[in-house]
Amino acid sequence: MHRAAATRSLSASAKPRRRGLGLLLDDFELILLSLPSILWYLAFCYAPLFGLVIAFKNYKVAPGKGFLYSLFVRSKWVGFKNFEFLFKSPDVAIIFRNTIGYNLAFILIGLVLPVTLAILISQVHSSRLAKGCQTAMFLPHFLSWVVVSYFVYAFLATDRGLINSLLKSVGGETITWYQRPEYWPFILVFLNTWKTVGYSMVVYLASITGIDQSLYESAVIDGATKWQQVKGITLPMLRPIISILFIMNVGHIFSSDFGLFYHATRDSGSLSAVTQTIDVYVYKALMERSNYAYASASGLMQSVLGCVMIVASNYIVKRIDPESGFF
Amino acid sequence: MKAAKKPWVFNKVGPIPNALISALFIALALGTLLPLVFVVVISFSSEASIVAKGYSFIPMEWSTAAYDYLLDTSNYIGRAFVNSIGITITGTLLGLMLISTLGYTISRPSFRLRGVYTAFIFIPMMFSGGLVSTYMVNTQVFGLKNTYLALILPGACSTWYAIIMRTFFQTTIPDSIIESGKIDGASQLRIFVRLVLPISLPVIATIGLFLTFAYWNAWYGAMLYLDSSHRDLYPLQYVLVSIQNSISFMARNEEYFTSEITKTIPTESSRMAIVTVVVLPIACSYPFFQRYFINGLTIGAVKG
Repeated sequence: MHRAAATRSLSASAKPRRRGLGLLLDDFELILLSLPSILWYLAFCYAPLFGLVIAFKNYKVAPGKGFLYSLFVRSKWVGFKNFEFLFKSPDVAIIFRNTIGYNLAFILIGLVLPVTLAILISQVHSSRLAKGCQTAMFLPHFLSWVVVSYFVYAFLATDRGLINSLLKSVGGETITWYQRPEYWPFILVFLNTWKTVGYSMVVYLASITGIDQSLYESAVIDGATKWQQVKGITLPMLRPIISILFIMNVGHIFSSDFGLFYHATRDSGSLSAVTQTIDVYVYKALMERSNYAYASASGLMQSVLGCVMIVASNYIVKRIDPESGFF
Repeated sequence: MKAAKKPWVFNKVGPIPNALISALFIALALGTLLPLVFVVVISFSSEASIVAKGYSFIPMEWSTAAYDYLLDTSNYIGRAFVNSIGITITGTLLGLMLISTLGYTISRPSFRLRGVYTAFIFIPMMFSGGLVSTYMVNTQVFGLKNTYLALILPGACSTWYAIIMRTFFQTTIPDSIIESGKIDGASQLRIFVRLVLPISLPVIATIGLFLTFAYWNAWYGAMLYLDSSHRDLYPLQYVLVSIQNSISFMARNEEYFTSEITKTIPTESSRMAIVTVVVLPIACSYPFFQRYFINGLTIGAVKG
């Protein structure tokens, strides 16, 4: 009896023989086990998808009634009116330019610099020194932008900041950093690089140390120089991980790190022409101006474009290198 | 022949390039740590020194007044510290529960709904409801405004972490263990808790650390879901945000503020002392946990 049950379950898992949607007890147990997670996904990932209709409605709060009533009964369908309004506002061009522009810079630097540094640090003789530097450079990954914004403030504050003190001590003019938009594209790119380069370097380094050493051994026997080894072995071996990170970055080209653009700039109004990205704009439209039309329309556009970008970049990478696709 | 035997010795860069590269990395490492050191130094500078000399690596006078101030206002900032710890622990445990059960479920090759589940958790990775509807649903439907749950629930589960778990279960847990559990008539829940979890500590530790750091560093949820009338719910990170806001607000509207109000806003050094309190636990612990982060990454990079 017991053995019969055992062989049945063995054969069930080894070679599933089921008809139609027939679920086994085993499946029900797994469904039960994962039920909390599934509920979480329904509540926090799928419920907001239905809330997206707000972008096609003239959202009006019905006093005393719930959100669903306000949204589905009280608010009128307006089709693509919200998007029309949004595109007529002058902000749109700026927020899209900023978001894409910064992301392009981040992607380019985030590709070239960490790979270069990873290759360089893999050559350092003292492994203790390499480990130490790696650990130090990994630190910013664990800090929030709120914390980093205070670091920045310590350097850039107009009256007390270190840089202005130095400028004063050499007899230069002090600079009101948080009022001068011309510097911020560089500051933001620098900050993002400072915060992410160590982490990316470690990711690439982990792949480099995973490369089969015999490849290098035979290259050395064939008389390959360092540069030839990098070009002929290291970079090709890094291609899958580079591709995956590239797809993920390009897929996120319409999203931006809210903390960087909001906190590090101290949300300074005079900088907004160069610091306002889609995420900052949506946040402000929602929380500060309660402008649901703009906020939801630009948010939905961001989601759709982001989805298109992920699928497209995955397709392109797969065309170039069938092994490296993400899905 | 010798080169073929020990190529890793001969395949090293020469001493001069090595010295240059080493110097470069020492400079980069110092450049990374410098701002942290700077903020700690400021937090130990006396207020008079900051007023006279500005922020400086070598203050005229050292002082622990900032930390005395933090202990003094314990009802506000001390509360925030406790909140941060509580949120971090609860969130990490809840997240581990959700992620590990989900990861285990989609790791079972015999699971009938495996394909459906995988699609179900991948879709949100591709397409999200966006800030507005997320905010609306969380506040209006679930009533999360001004609750601790608003800071814990939305970030608890993640497809990416579930995939890392799945890959770990697939590659390191032998099927025979689960089969033996089945033969003994154990349910999947029992197999998961008794057999799978005890040998999955490395991945549990990795994801647990990811979650711990994420919750400790979180401020966005507080920004969205907490009103200034609910100060007692603030986590430390959000205290930093609200101080920053009130300072920029004061700078813009200086004439409206009497000394009475400015008194409640921490002084220059005590702001940096809060930053230090937030950062030091991270800075002291991450070197030990670093390898888990690297391991987690490489596990996740394996496609299943």
